Amino acid sequence: MMSVLENAWIIPALPLAGSAINGLFGRRFAQKTVTAVAVGSTTLAFLASLTLIAEFWKLAPAQIPVIRSFFPWIVAGNFRVDFALQIDQLTIIMLLVVTGVGWLIHIYSVGYMAHEGGYYRFFSYLNLFMFFMLVLVMGANFGLMFVGWEGVGLCSYLLIGFFFLKKSAADAGKKAFVVNRVGDFGFLLGLFFIFKTFGTLDIHTVLARVAELPVETAGIGTITAIGLLLFVGAAGKSAQVPLYVWLPDAMEGPTPVSALIHAATMVTAGVYMVARSNVIYVHAPFAMKVVAVVGCFTAFFAATIGLVQTDIKRVLAYSTVSQLGYMFLACGVGAFSAGIFHLMTHAFFKALLFLAAGSVIHALGGEQDMRNMGGLRGPIRATFLTMLAATLAIAGCPGFSGFFSKDEILWQAYSSPYGNWALWLVAVVTALLTAFYMFRLIFLTFFGAPRYDEHHVHVHESGRPMLIPLIVLAVFSVIGGWMAAPSLFGGKNHFEEFLQPVFAHAEEMRAQLSPGAPHSLEFPLMLLAIAVAAIGFFAAWWMYVRKPQAADEVAGKLAAPYSLLAHKYYVDELYDAAIVHPIQWISTFVLWKGVDAAGIDGTVNGVAQLARDLGQEARQVQSGNGRTYASWLVMGAAAVTLLFLWLGH
Amino acid sequence: MPLASYAVILSAILFGLGALGFVFKRNIIAIFMSIELMLNAVNLSFVAFSRLRFLLEGQVFVFFVIVVAAAEAAVGMGIILQVARNRQSLNFERIDLLKL
Repeated sequence: MMSVLENAWIIPALPLAGSAINGLFGRRFAQKTVTAVAVGSTTLAFLASLTLIAEFWKLAPAQIPVIRSFFPWIVAGNFRVDFALQIDQLTIIMLLVVTGVGWLIHIYSVGYMAHEGGYYRFFSYLNLFMFFMLVLVMGANFGLMFVGWEGVGLCSYLLIGFFFLKKSAADAGKKAFVVNRVGDFGFLLGLFFIFKTFGTLDIHTVLARVAELPVETAGIGTITAIGLLLFVGAAGKSAQVPLYVWLPDAMEGPTPVSALIHAATMVTAGVYMVARSNVIYVHAPFAMKVVAVVGCFTAFFAATIGLVQTDIKRVLAYSTVSQLGYMFLACGVGAFSAGIFHLMTHAFFKALLFLAAGSVIHALGGEQDMRNMGGLRGPIRATFLTMLAATLAIAGCPGFSGFFSKDEILWQAYSSPYGNWALWLVAVVTALLTAFYMFRLIFLTFFGAPRYDEHHVHVHESGRPMLIPLIVLAVFSVIGGWMAAPSLFGGKNHFEEFLQPVFAHAEEMRAQLSPGAPHSLEFPLMLLAIAVAAIGFFAAWWMYVRKPQAADEVAGKLAAPYSLLAHKYYVDELYDAAIVHPIQWISTFVLWKGVDAAGIDGTVNGVAQLARDLGQEARQVQSGNGRTYASWLVMGAAAVTLLFLWLGH
Repeated sequence: MPLASYAVILSAILFGLGALGFVFKRNIIAIFMSIELMLNAVNLSFVAFSRLRFLLEGQVFVFFVIVVAAAEAAVGMGIILQVARNRQSLNFERIDLLKL
């Protein structure tokens, strides 16, 4: 049988083929055919990934990573980029997340998009998205990674602006694209730096070369610069301060798109890239500190905004930004496997949260405002239960997947030689906020009296294609954390152990530093984190179930902070005033009316006008009168004769 | 003064007359004839200089000029015939269709 490991290109090729078929011919296909092509190709990709993992399992440690080059892509002088794929433990995790969760989202979309226009277009984009994400995580060099990197940016633009007739959706798509471009620019500069320094973009070679260099402890050297530039790219793609603004607006896309962008693909790219470049970061402590601080700040910042949002999807969007902050915090304190672990559990429960939110929106016929929901736990029981599972997971309820990953990050933030108590404190406060806003969402949506129009809205549970992915994801949200659980009880963290070869060098570097807090502290800190989550839960319960008027009272008393949060710290307004409007002004009055209209058009039109004016004068000579011509002729001859006479022979 | 020098002076006079006729005559045929007159004035000066300098090239040139003049006369007469036919007039002043 053909080895998938040796032909790993088949995994990205499948969704690409699906996308091409649907994109080119889908318009003429029946809806069923489109479904078969789109879901079929992702199913095959998922199965191929599973086969690949089975083969991977049998490899000896020395054979890992498996790097296979299929053909040279760019060859120019000493610059060479191959279409080469790399399979190692980190790739395996990402493959599972991308194809697995992506596949479930495809199935869900079949139900969700059934009555929307542009069905084939949607699935073509969705498949393309998966293709680019697979290229991103499987690429063996930064060049190929950049292809995927840009590709998911393009697809996010296409999908967020899917309802392109709606202005807000089209704007949101453009915003996502432009903000991402800012980050991509940093990433590209990082790549240039890498090539200039190491002469290659091959990830494996670059990391091996960096590992031989000394750690840059003082000042900003080459490696630190590379690390920081790569992080600019990661901050754009993974929605970190200050480039997070596109993600909440990305809610304009259809809900499965939000799930795909927020959970399985796109936003995880930045975290993946930082984890993949772990050697660069451990050799650049300053860059690492920046990653940790930005991640920590983003986690807290986004969580506070999430407290007061009323659109169900926006709450989830800010929660995504916040959770991504956690992942970067983990990477920034050198706990890369904890970051990837949170990435994975987050993929499960955040995909579930979005899909369940989509189910709620579907049930209410398009209503997204939580103030118009309430009391839904009876009518849509399955959605409620699955969403509750995801909420417990994200809030860090013991036993659920999010608990293990978040606890690991909190502990690492405190105990790692790169971490400190301040990062930990902010992260714990964020955990409190997370529990609060997530249960606020649950209580507002599913508890209390119905606030929607019961006579006109026919509340109905979603169909089977939508429910099955919810249930599968709910199962993983609950149990997905147990593979890392034993470390709490003195055993081995299987997840960390699995990823160990990828982060071996980082671990080594870390072991050389003085160890942080003693292990005996881990358990008390964990109890504290649980207590904090419980406080968040009870606060939400008190404000939204026990005393429903309490929320408004609190909002009334704290009017100024409340309005600051409700307006998202006025960051969008600030960007508008500081960046967008000046650019528009310059574009309009300098570039358009100045350079283009006056300068370029003026020159072109001016030259034409000059020629016309000259012609107007010069044509007077051509009187059309034969006698005049004859006179000119004679005068000319006379002039020539006189000239010769004057010159004297 | 050798005879040829008188011929050169005569040639200059003939050429001047031809040029004046070319500019001031109204009848196209008269203008045409003025042109021929100028050509022949030049021929005369060619021959005269040839005689003065004892060089043969000037006389050879005269043949060329005669040939060109014959060709030009054929074309020119053809054009004049058409003009006369179309406009029932040979007045040069009235041939002004190219006027602004």
